[in-house]
Amino acid sequence: MRTRLARDLHPVAWWVWAIGLATAATLTTNPFLLLLLVAVAAVVVQARRSDHPWARSFRLYVWLGVAIVLIRVVFRIVFGGVDGGHVLLDLPTVPLPEWVAGVRLLGPLTVESLLAGLYDGLRLATIVICIGAANSLANPKRLLTSVPPALYEIGTALVVAVTVFPQLADSARRVRAAQALRGGADGRVGRLRRFLVPVLEDALERSLALAAGMDTRGYGRAGTATPAERRLTGALLLGALCGIGVGTYAVLDSTAPRWLATPMLLVGVVVAVVGMVTSGRRVQRSRYRPDPWRLEESLVALSGLAVGAVVWWIAGNDVLVAHPGVESMPYLSVEALAAVLIGLSPAVVAPRPRHALAPALVVGA
Amino acid sequence: MIELRDIHFAYDDAPTPVLDGIDLTLEEGELVLVSGRTGVGKSTLLGVLTGLVPRFSGGTLTGDVLLDGASIIDLPPRERAHVIGYVGQDPVAGFVTDTVEEELAYGMEQLGTAPDTMRRRVEETLDLLGIAGLRSRDLRSLSGGEQQRVAIGAVLTTHPRLLVLDEPTSALDPTAAEDVLATLTRLVHDLGLTVLLAEHRLERVVPFADRIALLTGDGGLRVDEPATVLATSPVVPPIIELGRAAGWSPLPLSVREARRRARGLHDLAAPPELPATGGEILLDAHGLTVTHGQHVAVRDVDVALRSGHVTALMGRNGSGKSTLIWTLQGSRDRRSGSVAVDGSDPARLDAARRRALVGLVPQTAADLLYLETVDEECAAADAAAGGGPGTCRALLERLAPGIDPDHHPRDLSEGQRLALVLAIVLTTSPRVLLLDEPTRGLDYAAKRQLAAIVRDLADDGHAVLIATHDVEFVASVADDVVVLAEGEVVSTGRTRQVVAASPSYAPQVTKILGPPWLRVDEVVAAMEAAR
Repeated sequence: MRTRLARDLHPVAWWVWAIGLATAATLTTNPFLLLLLVAVAAVVVQARRSDHPWARSFRLYVWLGVAIVLIRVVFRIVFGGVDGGHVLLDLPTVPLPEWVAGVRLLGPLTVESLLAGLYDGLRLATIVICIGAANSLANPKRLLTSVPPALYEIGTALVVAVTVFPQLADSARRVRAAQALRGGADGRVGRLRRFLVPVLEDALERSLALAAGMDTRGYGRAGTATPAERRLTGALLLGALCGIGVGTYAVLDSTAPRWLATPMLLVGVVVAVVGMVTSGRRVQRSRYRPDPWRLEESLVALSGLAVGAVVWWIAGNDVLVAHPGVESMPYLSVEALAAVLIGLSPAVVAPRPRHALAPALVVGA
Repeated sequence: MIELRDIHFAYDDAPTPVLDGIDLTLEEGELVLVSGRTGVGKSTLLGVLTGLVPRFSGGTLTGDVLLDGASIIDLPPRERAHVIGYVGQDPVAGFVTDTVEEELAYGMEQLGTAPDTMRRRVEETLDLLGIAGLRSRDLRSLSGGEQQRVAIGAVLTTHPRLLVLDEPTSALDPTAAEDVLATLTRLVHDLGLTVLLAEHRLERVVPFADRIALLTGDGGLRVDEPATVLATSPVVPPIIELGRAAGWSPLPLSVREARRRARGLHDLAAPPELPATGGEILLDAHGLTVTHGQHVAVRDVDVALRSGHVTALMGRNGSGKSTLIWTLQGSRDRRSGSVAVDGSDPARLDAARRRALVGLVPQTAADLLYLETVDEECAAADAAAGGGPGTCRALLERLAPGIDPDHHPRDLSEGQRLALVLAIVLTTSPRVLLLDEPTRGLDYAAKRQLAAIVRDLADDGHAVLIATHDVEFVASVADDVVVLAEGEVVSTGRTRQVVAASPSYAPQVTKILGPPWLRVDEVVAAMEAAR
């Protein structure tokens, strides 16, 4: 079999896969299943991440996950937990005044409360790690630029905002060094002012220069739309916003009339889609080497959705697997293992990423 | 092709207009240089063409801009993007994307160019500018010259008919500047592109210009052949100064022409080489090595700065000049080596005592300023230095007389702001003074003033080190030169010996008359003596 060509997978495919995994994590507290999901994310990241700087961020998310678990467990110890159960360590309760009734400081530490904290923290950590996996597999900027044409301008604004942070850090370092070269106000306010004024001036100047640069290069050119068309898209988008707003409110507020709930929400979404299509049609813009959407993309996205769906099914039909009690040893079912295996498939299905730096051409080899 | 007609422009609160009745016609395939003193309105003139003035600057603009006879003055810059390409002073500030390839495609994406055309043009432009090897590189990891070429390429992909550049070479070392200018001339010759560029460093661009548009300072514009305009221009490169002094007519514009004319000057008595005055060593550094992660920024460098001496630190962009300066000042940690100023090591002192030993003016001098008026800045500097009130103000008055104390530091001209920062740094009376790229954005007159200030400080017993690319400035002020490459010292010695030996660091007078000549005033003095 011929090896497949290396290419970057469409960022949306990775995000759908990761969101599927994260959804699965929200639906269960089974520690084994959660750990397996983390393992799946880690394996796929190891197998398919590129060598760009943003691809190295996965480790940070793992550490963040570890911190979340630790904090949850420590909170369980400090604020005590349920009465009864197997006492592990009989800590004295710190007496608190009347008005904080309901909060207990320390107190007997039970295996059950410890485990509940552990499971809970593990669930949150798994969600964070899944999102981290998407971040290190797909270039976040390319994700922003693959938004539909109608949202292009907002996408660019976000991309620029992301680039500004490293620049701000640069300018902060420079100003800090420069201010040490002169004397001046030494009070706390004075020092802050000495630091902030030049940094902000610099940031303002940079953003003006960037705006000028983007404008001279054609950013925000008016398309061929007539004023009437422009008004129509504006009205459509406004209407959609109202529909979605009212619909969401009605869904959440059970006293609102039912016809305002789901139907209104649906109408809002439909109008929004129509608005985006019409406004996208009037945008005269093209994409340079857009990421294609091929079979691999569909398979990766579907595998993520499948994991979510299977775990959702387990949560409905096999409660003991999805939410094992803290009294007995949790166990896994065949379905849960199958879900994990499906989630693992992108490690094989997705093509290898391209190298960030093209290797030197080998001549005459 | 493009025509400016009776352009008037004034800022709303200014008593005099910046541009007052300007007419300019740009023909297909010519390179026009906009010249004039600092602050005379060069960038404003360029902005009128691109549409950034008055939209980004404020002020009132009247008159008309015609493209092939049709008025475009009411079109915003984005609607002119397919005709007029603009590269600003700082190319990095204008980059929108991350990588070279995406940046080249960005303008075409905005114009809605078809994907296969985009692909083809990106490849063509990569080849045209000789940056194909950089295609997937991160824009911020490129050198200054490469960034400038990518910025030019990024506007070229939309196939504009006019390219407008604001000081494209002022931040570049001589070799990178030559690369950029060679690229521009190639575009003019091969593609018939019209180029309009503003530049202070005339010695670099005059040989390439077809016409010069000189802003006279009273709102007027003189457009003519370079030789005609330069005969009376207030800003001229050394080669023209030499031609004027020798009475050549027409004036030579390139070193090659001038060399042929200069045959008669060769029997002048060579300038006397002043013996090296042995001032005491104020700063002594041995075996300095500075690393930045894996990268060695400065390797095993020895520097000795003597009182009464001005030393120039030269080298390519990224050769470690700034790092060396910050290491000598003591803020930057070194890996090994020693620095001694007045018997103590500045790296071991706190910031206040360090300031009293070594003064440093960084590349972006404005980073030091944070108050609303010149007076407040001076008072803050005095209070921190513990000197008598008025010390800083007196210094400033000596460096740049006549600055209004109520002005906002941001409103000062580039040269005045530099003088203010210099005065603030000198308030603590350090005897060693380090300047990092002080000539950026200065015109010839401001540079002459800066040279006089530096000379004065040296005569007062200061030891001065200046990092710069500007060979003409070095020729006019430095006693010694240290050349760095890849963080190592490659040559060091008297200015006359070092710059004469290097083809890229030789000033124009040396190129024309050969060593030991350095400056126009030496030649003039020798001619007078011979008379």
